[in-house]
Amino acid sequence: MRVKIRVFARLRDIVGTPTLVCSVPPGATIKTVWEGLVADHPALADYERSISCAHNAAFARMTTPVAEGDEVAFLPPVSGG
Amino acid sequence: MTPLVAVTAEPVDAQALQKAVCGAADPLGAGRHGAVVSFVGVVRGEHRGRRVLRLEYEAYVPLAERSLEQIRQEAARHWPDAIIGAHHRVGMLEVGDASVAIVATSPHRADAFAACRFAIERLKQIVPIWKREHFDGGDEWLEGATADPNDPVALAEALKRSCA
Repeated sequence: MRVKIRVFARLRDIVGTPTLVCSVPPGATIKTVWEGLVADHPALADYERSISCAHNAAFARMTTPVAEGDEVAFLPPVSGG
Repeated sequence: MTPLVAVTAEPVDAQALQKAVCGAADPLGAGRHGAVVSFVGVVRGEHRGRRVLRLEYEAYVPLAERSLEQIRQEAARHWPDAIIGAHHRVGMLEVGDASVAIVATSPHRADAFAACRFAIERLKQIVPIWKREHFDGGDEWLEGATADPNDPVALAEALKRSCA
């Protein structure tokens, strides 16, 4: 199944695009999506401990399951204000 | 009509936000609210000893607005009589431009000050907005807190800073 990925700030710079689509197997979680992204962009591995993630524009955990057509976002530490 | 929370490329209009917050707090004009506190965050021309040329803000807009709404609800739990609103700008901002405005209103000043301070501290913890600093000689994404809206330690810290 296919999910849409969004990345922001320095994660976006590393990946080279703000959005992409990836294929994951049934039963996949956000962690599966992240691992696939890190495999393609090894520089992301440094962010393993400091990222937050979101599922369909709501904060989520890496263990959250994903379904066809979902939007998954990876968020580096925030710096608004 | 001005919304109480917004993340937008439009310039921050603190006066419009203040009007919206006061209207929401006291729709009948009964005069219940005696205190209005506004905070406006402005791009500073210096950071860590280097000259800042401009700041570029980026947001995950739907989640950022949802997070601001969460902050409004948290503030309402701690200061039930206070109403807050928050607007954050995204895009390329010059030194002196307003990046964020927060308005809090309540019957008395203590709650308005506390709720306003809480909102900006909490915004910096959990709202998915990022800034890239363009300085003399380069640029760099600034990274602060790992956003976890359910972390009780962070919430307690924001409350402590707001003198609750």
